[in-house]
Amino acid sequence: MKAAPTAEPAVAEREGDQPGHKSLGRLMRRPELGAVVGAVAVFVFFSFVADSFLQTSSFSTVLYYSSTIGIMAVPVALLMIGGEFDLSTGVMVTSSALVSTMFSYQMTANVWVGVGVSLLVTLALGLFNGIMLVRTKLPSFIITLGTFLMLTGLNLGLTELINGTVSTKSISDMEGFASARDLFASQLTLFDVEFQVTILWWLGLVAVATWILLRTRTGNWIFAVGGGAESARAVGVPVARTKIGLYMGVAFAAWISGQHLLFNYDVVQSGQGVGNELIYIAAAVIGGCLLTGGYGSAVGAAVGALIFGMTNKGITYAQWEANWFKFFLGAMLLLATLLNAWIRKRAEAKS
Amino acid sequence: MTAAAMAAVIAATLAAGCSSTGGKRAEEEREQSKGQSAVDTPRWKIAMVTHSGEGDTYWDIVQSGAEQAAVKDNIEFLYGHDKEAGRQAQLVQSMIDKKVDGLIVTLAKPEAMEKVVKKAVKAGIPVVTINSGQDQSKAFGALSHIGQDENIAGEAVGTELNERGRKKALCVLHEQGNVGHEQRCAGIEKTFKGKVDKLYVEGTNMPDVDSSLTAKLQTDKKIDAVVTLGAPFAATAVKAVDQAGSDAEVDTFDLDAKVAAGLEDGSVGFAVDQQPYLQGYEAVDLMWLYRSNGNMLGGGQPVLTGPQILTKKDAPALKKYTERGTR
Repeated sequence: MKAAPTAEPAVAEREGDQPGHKSLGRLMRRPELGAVVGAVAVFVFFSFVADSFLQTSSFSTVLYYSSTIGIMAVPVALLMIGGEFDLSTGVMVTSSALVSTMFSYQMTANVWVGVGVSLLVTLALGLFNGIMLVRTKLPSFIITLGTFLMLTGLNLGLTELINGTVSTKSISDMEGFASARDLFASQLTLFDVEFQVTILWWLGLVAVATWILLRTRTGNWIFAVGGGAESARAVGVPVARTKIGLYMGVAFAAWISGQHLLFNYDVVQSGQGVGNELIYIAAAVIGGCLLTGGYGSAVGAAVGALIFGMTNKGITYAQWEANWFKFFLGAMLLLATLLNAWIRKRAEAKS
Repeated sequence: MTAAAMAAVIAATLAAGCSSTGGKRAEEEREQSKGQSAVDTPRWKIAMVTHSGEGDTYWDIVQSGAEQAAVKDNIEFLYGHDKEAGRQAQLVQSMIDKKVDGLIVTLAKPEAMEKVVKKAVKAGIPVVTINSGQDQSKAFGALSHIGQDENIAGEAVGTELNERGRKKALCVLHEQGNVGHEQRCAGIEKTFKGKVDKLYVEGTNMPDVDSSLTAKLQTDKKIDAVVTLGAPFAATAVKAVDQAGSDAEVDTFDLDAKVAAGLEDGSVGFAVDQQPYLQGYEAVDLMWLYRSNGNMLGGGQPVLTGPQILTKKDAPALKKYTERGTR
């Protein structure tokens, strides 16, 4: 592997020059700071307006929903830091679930075989997005819009062709289902409350993504290609490889989400997932990622997902008029993001 | 070399990784529905044009009912669908151009379909409307309407909930702005003696349906009945009720294999079926009767295919039918 010497100082700059000498200023400059403040504000707000919001069982519900967004929002954030979009994420999750269940069912195979095949197919989809991007040099918006539409059609078309209906058949009576469900969709009891295992997957992904971004050379490459692909290439950053890798990271998370969808609900509806891609991007942006690339964090995206989850479920806990749900959701998100932007501006002005 | 090794590994996994339970093999051992033409009338051409979107389970069943009747009645069956009313009207026009012997059409957006349906009638093509458009069917010149009145279906649910002694029901809408769905909830409100709350969920995002329902049930402990408006959401509602520690009963509109299994094991209280298979089958069969014998069912009144309330006692028979996709 060839070293990229000029990319190295970026780490030092981001991390502060003296290890162990953490300053408040450095903390204030973190991309996720605004989001954390926004999350606290949303939390406090709903604690007051919704009586049942503070129950531990409500935490579990909110965290579960946030985790289903967060698992995808984290790699999507990395991709956005790398300067690209992916609009195919929502339906790719469904594709991954469909491949898994239909392969197992049609081949009458142990469901773990389907899970493995699904991993290969989903990674191939990410590879396709990445290679199309670096080969054609077209905007990722267009490439992944194409993938999004193609996958939406494939999900419906192939499911109908193979099953005769648009939802899959139950595989819960097949071998391996119980152990696969343990991994992707089990519930863990903590303080007498059941938590979904997706929360652990979510936290794990945040930890890995943060480590990659801040502690590895790949992390430097991601920031560099997002900041400016040409200058990154000039200093020896493997731009194509980095971008393809980012798309495959997104695909990997889509595989996890897809397997959760399958093993939690057993039957998969082929029309699922449309529209979720925007929620993942929204979570990353609420969490401090810039739409232009080169800036953001994995923790921020996770907090963004949490803000979205708390707001979405908080409105239900507060029992506001159901017809107005979407309006409240939009307004709350806008407020949280405005607060986030304001805090960040203040922090930058001070430092 | 590595590719060959990988292929070998995959082959080995496949051989070792077979499931001895469930799956395709189990399905093939079960019986299947089939049939052949039972009449010697000429081969008429009957077209059906619906407002179905891409890949809708419900319309799949309508279509398979229509196809079954077409086989039996020696009919060439043409099918087109588009959820956008303008394009649905264009599809009807193309069927008129093909000089079909009968036209079956849905009137989800009656205004957009009026002109082209009247045109078909004028061209001497017998028209039967199905599923939606009960109020306009006759005025447009259709011979009959086959379907379920969504209000009446909702009212039937309200009555059934009363009989089950329920006090507070939650109507779960999985599509915002769907008129039929609103009518179903309104119907429940009309006959149900208790209170009805509405909850909008994101139908394309199952974890959202799941967690929104859980949240609602955690907040409002008085809810003792959850009514989903589509079969795929019933199983998720059962899960949510369990997670929220609620003792609410889950009931649903429409039917699928999962709901049939739920009725059997008691996790679903009842299902309201509008029998989509019947809507497709009867429409084609009525067309054949009209062509061959001048009959028309209903005497100018709509022919209702629902609501049929299905409970635990219907479950064993239903299971077989839902699994093969005819109910």
